[in-house]
Amino acid sequence: MGADHHGPAKGLTRWLFTTNHKDIGSMYLWFSFAMFLLGGTFALVIRSELFQPGLQIVQPEFFNQMTTMHGLVMVFGAIMPAWVGLANWMIPMMIGAPDMALPRMNNWSFWILPFAFTMLACTLLMDGGAPNFGWTFYAPLSTTYAPPSVTYFIFAVHLMGMSSIMGSINIIATIMNLRAPGMTYMKMPMFVWTWFITAFLLIAVMPVLAGVVTMMLFDIHFGTSFFSAAGGGDPVLFQHVFWFFGHPEVYIMILPAFGVVSEVLPTFARKPLFGYSSMVYATASIAFLSFIVWAHHMYTVGMPIAGELFFMYATMLIAVPTGVKVFNWVTTMFRGSMTFETPMLFAIAFIILFTIGGLSGLMLSLAPLDFQYHDTYFVVAHFHYVLVQGALFAIYCGVYYWLPKWTGHMYDETLAKTHFWMTFIGVNTAFFPMHFVGLAGMPRRIPDYALQFADYNMLSTIGAFITGFSQLIFVVVVLKCIKGGKKATDQVWDGANGLEWTVASPAPYHTFSVPPQVR
Amino acid sequence: MLRAQQRRRLMAGATATAALFTQSAVTIAEQSARSDENMRVGVTDISHRVYDLHMLSLWICVAIGVVVFGVMFYSIFAHRKSKGAVASHFHESTKLEIAWTVVPFIILLFMAIPATKVLTDIYNADDAALDVRITGYQWKWKYSYPKEGVEFFSSLRTPRDEINNLAPKGENYLLDVDEPLVIPAGQKVRFLVTAADVIHSWWMPDFSVKRDAIPGFVNETWAMVPEPGVYRGQCTELCGKDHGFMPIVVRVLPQDEFDSWIATRKEEAVKERELMAQTFSMEQSMERGKGVYEKACASCHQPNGEGIPGAFPALKGSALAMGPMEGHLDIVVHGKAGTAMAAFGAQLSEVDMAAVITYERNAWGNNVGDVLQPIDVANFKKGK
Repeated sequence: MGADHHGPAKGLTRWLFTTNHKDIGSMYLWFSFAMFLLGGTFALVIRSELFQPGLQIVQPEFFNQMTTMHGLVMVFGAIMPAWVGLANWMIPMMIGAPDMALPRMNNWSFWILPFAFTMLACTLLMDGGAPNFGWTFYAPLSTTYAPPSVTYFIFAVHLMGMSSIMGSINIIATIMNLRAPGMTYMKMPMFVWTWFITAFLLIAVMPVLAGVVTMMLFDIHFGTSFFSAAGGGDPVLFQHVFWFFGHPEVYIMILPAFGVVSEVLPTFARKPLFGYSSMVYATASIAFLSFIVWAHHMYTVGMPIAGELFFMYATMLIAVPTGVKVFNWVTTMFRGSMTFETPMLFAIAFIILFTIGGLSGLMLSLAPLDFQYHDTYFVVAHFHYVLVQGALFAIYCGVYYWLPKWTGHMYDETLAKTHFWMTFIGVNTAFFPMHFVGLAGMPRRIPDYALQFADYNMLSTIGAFITGFSQLIFVVVVLKCIKGGKKATDQVWDGANGLEWTVASPAPYHTFSVPPQVR
Repeated sequence: MLRAQQRRRLMAGATATAALFTQSAVTIAEQSARSDENMRVGVTDISHRVYDLHMLSLWICVAIGVVVFGVMFYSIFAHRKSKGAVASHFHESTKLEIAWTVVPFIILLFMAIPATKVLTDIYNADDAALDVRITGYQWKWKYSYPKEGVEFFSSLRTPRDEINNLAPKGENYLLDVDEPLVIPAGQKVRFLVTAADVIHSWWMPDFSVKRDAIPGFVNETWAMVPEPGVYRGQCTELCGKDHGFMPIVVRVLPQDEFDSWIATRKEEAVKERELMAQTFSMEQSMERGKGVYEKACASCHQPNGEGIPGAFPALKGSALAMGPMEGHLDIVVHGKAGTAMAAFGAQLSEVDMAAVITYERNAWGNNVGDVLQPIDVANFKKGK
C-alpha cells in the first residue's frame, strides 16, 4: 500500500479511470454546467426570435429544433446530471460511507453522458436538421413526420437512460448498505432521503422511456404501427406511455431540491428542521402520487370523463403533501436566528418561487380550466417556475452551501450575492410575464405571435438575457474559490450539522475509511 | 391611459374590418372583452363559468400565498441574527401537522366540486342542432358540414411579407384566415374533431373549447354562442414547421343569415362539380393552379418551387414534375408514405388537382407544355 494509493492519479487518466465519488461528482457537475450553458444558448436563440413579432433571426424549422433541443438538454443534460453530481459528492459523506457502493459502474454512468450528448448535439448538423418535435416528441410528428436525425435522438435517449438507471442503482445500493453504524433510516439527512426516493422513481420510469423510444424506432424502421392510426395503432398510446415516464420525471428533478433546501434552512436558521418525519412521509407520498397523475398532461386528448375526473382529483391531492413541506420549511424559519448568506438566499427564493409554480400547478390541475391553459405560455411559466426557480435554484443553493467543503476556501460572498440577485431579477422578468401572455391566449412553441403579446414577450426576452449573462458571474465565483480565498473551517457554517461537516475542508480524497459512530 | 386608448382604437378598427369583410348587415360584436394579462371571459355560458372558476382558484392561490409568505417575511424580518434573535428549538407538533394536512384538503374540495360540475357540462354534447367536422392538416383546417354536403379549407391569410417584416403588420396579424368557419348563433353546435396527418389542437378561447385533433380518432366537443360575431384562436399542439401559422376564425351568424350562407355554399359546390366536364386552356389552368399551389403546396415546396434542402424537395426542375404525367399525378393524389407529402386526392377537387399539377409542370421554367384536365384526374382516381 504505497502513498500513490491514497491520492488521485495524475493527468488525464485520473479523470478517465477514476472510481472516486468526489472526482465523479465533480465531473458530473462540470458536465451539467456545460450543458446548462448550451441549453441556455438555445433558449437565447428562442427568446431573440420572440423579441418582436415577425420572423427576424431564424426560420420556423430551426425554431422548432431550438425548443426541442433546449428542453432535452436542460432536462437530461443540465438538471438531472447536476443532481447525480451532488449525490455522488455528498451522499457518501453524509452517511459516513467511504465511497459509492459500485465505484466502477459509477465511472461508466458518467462517461456514457458525454457520448450521448455529443450524439444529440451532432443532429444539429445533419441533413433535415435536429429533432424538431418538442422535448415531449409526440407521435406521429416524431415518427412518420420526423427528420432522419430522430434515430440518433432515440439512441442518445437510450444512453441517457442507461446512465440514469446505473446511477440510481448505485445510489440505492450505497444508501442501503454503506450507512455508518447508528445511521438508521430515520436519522438520514433529508437530502439522502429525497435522493433515495428519487432513485426508485428513476429505476421505475427510465425503462418506460426506453420502451417508448424503442417503439418509435420500430415504427420508423421496422414497419410496426404502435403509434400510427393508419396501421391500427394509437397516437394517444404514445402520450400515455411518455407521460407515465414524464410525470415521475418532473419529481425526479424536484425531490432532491426539497432535500437540499431542507439541509440549508436549518443551518442558516440555526434551528432543527421542523417535522422531519412528516417531511419523509410527504416526499414518499409525492413519489407515490406521481405515478397516478400522468394523464393530467393530456386533458385535451378526449379521455372519457371518468378518466378526466380521476386524474384531476389525484393531481389535486399532490397539493397536500407539497403544502406540508412548504409549511414545515416556513415553520423551520419561524423563531430561528437567521443569517442570509448566498445558499440561504437561494433557499428562500426557492420556497417563494417554487410555491408560485406549485400554485399555478394547482390551477392547471383543474381539468375545465386546463382547456384554456393547456399548451399556452401559462404552462411554460408554470414549469419554468418549478424547474428554474425550483430545481436550478436548489442546485445553486447546494453548490454554494457545499463549495467551501469541496475547495477548502470560502467563496466571494459579494460576487455570489450579485449572482443571486441578478439571476433572481432575470428569471422573474423572463418567466412572470409568461403567465400573462399565456392567459391572454398565446400558444407555446410558436416562432411568431399576434401583436397583442408583443410587450410582454419583449420583457421576457430582456429577462432571459439578464439571466443568461449573470451565469458568467457564477463561473468567476467558482474559479476564484478553487484558486484561493479565506480558509474554510471544517464546520464552514456555524449552524451546520451532519457528518459532512466533521471531515476536513477541503474534504480529503478518501473520507470515512473508518466508519464514524452515529449516536 | 394611452394603452387603454390604443386598445380601444384597435378594437374599433378590428370591428370595422370584420364588418367590411363579412359584408353583413348585423352589427358584429368583436370578440369578448380581452385583457393582455388575464384569461378572457369569453362569450358562451361555459366560458363564463370557466372564467369564474379560474378567478376563484386564482384568488384561493393568492390567499394561500399571502398567508404563507406573510409568516415567512415576518420571520425574515423579526427572527434574524443581526437583530439578536435567539433560535428556539421546537421541531415537532403533531397538531400543527394534522391541521395543515386537513385544511388544504378542505380548500381543495371547494375547487373540486365546481370544477366537476363545469366539466360534466362541457362533456355533454347531446342534442346538437348542427354537426361540424373539423380536420387538422399541416397547416390548415378543413371544415365540413356532413349533412349539408359543404366543405372547405381554412388557411392563414396574413401575407408572407408581413411575417417577414417587409410590410406593416395588420390588425389581425397571424389571426386571419381566408375562409372562416361559419356557425349559427343561439344553436348548440357539435364539433367532431380529427386530423389527417399529425396531432393538432383546435382552440377557441372565447368559447373555452380546446380539443386535440388526432389522426384516427374523432373527438367530440360543442359550443353554443348566443351572439353573432367573429372569434379568433390558434392551433395549440405543435404540429411541425408552420404550427404558429394555422389560426382559427369562427364567424357566428344569426340563424337566417347562416341558412342563406349554407344555401349559397351548396350551390357553389354544385357549380364546382359542373366544372369537371369542362376543358381548361393553359392560361386558365395556370391561373387557377397558381392560387391552389399557394394555398396547398407553397408552405413546404416554397412559392418559387425550390423547396427547403434536406426537408422538402424542390419541384423546380425536378425529375418528377418534368417526367411522365402518371407519376406526378400518383404522388399528388396518393402522397408518399413515410414522408410529409400528404395524399391530396381527398383534399383537392378534380378541377383544382388538374390545375395545380399543370401549374407545377409549367411554372418556374419547368415548361413541360401539357395541360391536365379534370376528367383525367377523375379517371385516374377511378382506375386506381
